[in-house]
Amino acid sequence: MVLVLNDFSLAFSRALQLIFQLDPALVEIIGLSLRVSMSAVCIASVIGLPMGAALALYKFHGRGLIVALLNAFMGLPPVVVGLVVYLILSRSGPLGVLGLLFTPTAMIIAQVCLITPIIAALTRQTILDANDEYHEQLRALGAKASRMMKTLLWETRFSLMTGVFAGFGRAIAEVGAVLIVGGNINHATRVMTTAIALETRKGDIELALALGIILITISLIVTSLVMSARHAAYQYHS
Amino acid sequence: MLHTNIIANMNEVNVLPLQVKNLQIKKNDNALLNDVTLTIESSEVTVILGPNGAGKSLLLRSAHGLETLTKGSLLWNSHAPQPQHSWRAYIFQKPVLLRRSVAANLEYVLSLHNINKADYASLIDTALEHTGLSQLMDRNARVLSGGEQQRLNIARAWVLQPKVILLDEPTAELDPNGTAAIEHLIKTIAQQGTKIIMSTHDLGQAHRLANDIVFLHQGGLIEHTPAKSFFGQPQSKMAQDFIAGKLLNGDYKTNE
Repeated sequence: MVLVLNDFSLAFSRALQLIFQLDPALVEIIGLSLRVSMSAVCIASVIGLPMGAALALYKFHGRGLIVALLNAFMGLPPVVVGLVVYLILSRSGPLGVLGLLFTPTAMIIAQVCLITPIIAALTRQTILDANDEYHEQLRALGAKASRMMKTLLWETRFSLMTGVFAGFGRAIAEVGAVLIVGGNINHATRVMTTAIALETRKGDIELALALGIILITISLIVTSLVMSARHAAYQYHS
Repeated sequence: MLHTNIIANMNEVNVLPLQVKNLQIKKNDNALLNDVTLTIESSEVTVILGPNGAGKSLLLRSAHGLETLTKGSLLWNSHAPQPQHSWRAYIFQKPVLLRRSVAANLEYVLSLHNINKADYASLIDTALEHTGLSQLMDRNARVLSGGEQQRLNIARAWVLQPKVILLDEPTAELDPNGTAAIEHLIKTIAQQGTKIIMSTHDLGQAHRLANDIVFLHQGGLIEHTPAKSFFGQPQSKMAQDFIAGKLLNGDYKTNE
């Protein structure tokens, strides 16, 4: 027991050393993680925000089904998403010719699939609630449907940010999807979560732990951003 | 007025009279407005008066194109209303203001209509000045007091310099000071040539503002008379009782 604790504290101090020395391998991995997940969250927002708003405001055939699917997809297991994207991007798959498998782009695609439903579903609920309050007023002012949607998205921007941050939190922390479609290739597709899994298995606890600490720190930052966005939303909405 | 030519054709077209013929509105098989026929001319202020549930809001909403008519017609100089018309504005009892500055709330309304961007600043300034909100123009609209919010609500209508403003119980949520300020504003707007049609259940307010009274009860038009004769000698027993402060309940019979 003492030995294990000793190992842990040793590993911990080495981890801190790696972080403060800005170890190149570590920096590379963190950089790629942030690049992939931030790209994914941007793309997912561009798709998910208008999609959620449209699902809240427009009536059309099959809307109920889409909403049900969206809510179900919010909790998609990352490995399954990874597998499906893998099949689509693999050489014999429909998009195989693009040669995207085992590239950061493939990882971004997988994460977009994973978090777009989260952002869209949260947006839908937010816009639905806001519409109750605004609809009559905007209509009486002469706003048409498309303008109304834009206005509602802007009016609820602080609430919507919590959905976007939640999507980012999920993207940066997941390991299954990026492992399958990225392949955890050193200097190419290795991100924090896949590196932690690998280094732990290899026995390089220090690097794994250093990455773990950073991942937790990022999660904490994201969580506090979500909280302050909520706070801002609450202040602004009341 | 200063901006006569800014809002396209607004002053060339005559929008009055408002002609309502055999108007009926049903919801869930209940006739909430029934067989209402009346003509509203260009007197300054028309007040739609009546107890709660008389159908005042519904009539106003129909005049702005916010309701589907079950039967009959409602036409502004032979044109059916649509909420997009910029010559007419509608004011709700409780304003829903946008989460942005006071001035930006006015700019938003202008952006919904075909108005030259170069004219925004002067239109906004005029509306703010008239409603006494110039000092507050950069303030977040949502943190204004109730009275200030309702003044912004009116500024939001006025910024388009419409020919008609419809107001649904505009002072129902305000204290006496706020009410006095809004009533003063309404008079000023009317004197500058904008037709006012507003609903209220407040007799005093009707007395202070109205040139003519449309008296509704339970979805029916009881009488439409000049304010002087309405308060002097109302034609209907119901109006007499309403003025006398007797409650008009569901079992009321005209020949009682």
